Amino acid sequence: MNIPAELKYTKDHEWIKLDGDVATVGITDFAQSELGDIVYVEVETLDETLNREEVFGTVEAVKTVSDLFQPLSGEIVEFNESLEDEPEKVNSDPYGEGWMVKIKISTPSEVEELLSAEAYKELIGA
Amino acid sequence: MKNTALTKTHEALGAKMVPFAGYNMPVSYEGVNAEHETVRHNVGVFDVSHMGEFLISGQNALSLIQKVTSNDASKLTVGKAQYSCLPNETGGIVDDLIVYRIKEEQYLLVVNASNIEKDWAHISKYNAEFNAEMRNLSENYSLLAIQGPKAVEAMQSLTSIDLGAIKFYNFEVADFAGIHHVIISATGYTGSGGFEIYCKNEEVKQIWDKAFEAGADFGIKPIGLAARDTLRLEMGYCLYGNDINENSSPIEAGLSWITKFTKDFVNSEALEKQKIQGVERKLIAFELNERGIPRHDYEIVDSQGNKIGVVTSGTMSPSLNKGIGLGYVPKIFSNIGNTIYVQIRKKAIPATVVKLPFYSN
Repeated sequence: MNIPAELKYTKDHEWIKLDGDVATVGITDFAQSELGDIVYVEVETLDETLNREEVFGTVEAVKTVSDLFQPLSGEIVEFNESLEDEPEKVNSDPYGEGWMVKIKISTPSEVEELLSAEAYKELIGA
Repeated sequence: MKNTALTKTHEALGAKMVPFAGYNMPVSYEGVNAEHETVRHNVGVFDVSHMGEFLISGQNALSLIQKVTSNDASKLTVGKAQYSCLPNETGGIVDDLIVYRIKEEQYLLVVNASNIEKDWAHISKYNAEFNAEMRNLSENYSLLAIQGPKAVEAMQSLTSIDLGAIKFYNFEVADFAGIHHVIISATGYTGSGGFEIYCKNEEVKQIWDKAFEAGADFGIKPIGLAARDTLRLEMGYCLYGNDINENSSPIEAGLSWITKFTKDFVNSEALEKQKIQGVERKLIAFELNERGIPRHDYEIVDSQGNKIGVVTSGTMSPSLNKGIGLGYVPKIFSNIGNTIYVQIRKKAIPATVVKLPFYSN
């Protein structure tokens, strides 16, 4: 199971890469492997400002639908539109081309509450 | 949780296992889309040994079957099978099944795993009048579905009979993969052709292994239940518990073609009346006009947003790459070409009522 050490994580199986006050967000390798073939990523919250834990989108595998939760409060400033035609990128490259949104974070203190790679690894028992 | 005789084999192949109808079953191996494609274009093997098998024998076997099933089993000659259902007394369906005529006075009924006990009790109740010999072989028999356009060619070396000569819904009892007296049936739940092989539990591992050896050059792969569902839904085949149940009549479900009023059967009078007078709701097939995936239990709404029905099965079709589904709506909405809407989260996505199958090879 691939869990890059430089990323942050949530218990909802999302990863966060911080670049200044912009957080790039996707789902983890563990999440994509549990979901199986991903066939649809729906994000209709572009330009909206959401609180941490609010639903910003939905990821659909053939057999299941899962909500995507805002890992940090802030505005959704970008959606990876290439996923509309190629949602399978989430399976093939979850930490790269399969990224989902970029969030301009509003509450930097929340970052400290994200999980480290070590803590996430423990969470999923990897 | 029960295992099939092949559970360890699936685990060794790295299958994702899930509980299904009380059995620990493989839901996928390499991934549902790839498995779906394998069956549509090459050949794949499903372990569906959870399915139930009842053997009904004796001089009243046919009379019992005619009483409990909706299709006309008197049309079956030895070596032929038919799709049928068990109507209940109140307008719904106990189960759907396949009836095989094995010998002059012997029939095999193949039923859904989740309904084995219920079906057995239901048929037994009616057998009080007929006294046919009933045996439940479900625990002793395994079932492999070898499906796909290359199934005949890939499996021919395993048997002395001509596989290509077995017509759809016909079967032979023959040798296969070194095992004698297995049922080789030209049936399946995928719409891509192929066979279903019935054998004893202790024989199935040999058949599985030989099938993979024989099929190696044809790209044979193991296929899980997730692809079984997308494959059957692209054909519009009903799934018991989703599209048909104790409250849906065969007429509403579009199963008039297996409901024959040439004979008396459980609730046949009421169903015949329904057939003549027409039904108020019908099972429709629809394709979404925009992106989205319909799911079981999502609401179907009209252009004003009023609920008119419910999705009974839905998926992203791997072959068509669009959302497809089945659902019940009032008859006035059921015409081919009509627009309905599926409520997906906050949006009502337009969908068109289409003719089945969604996909043809």
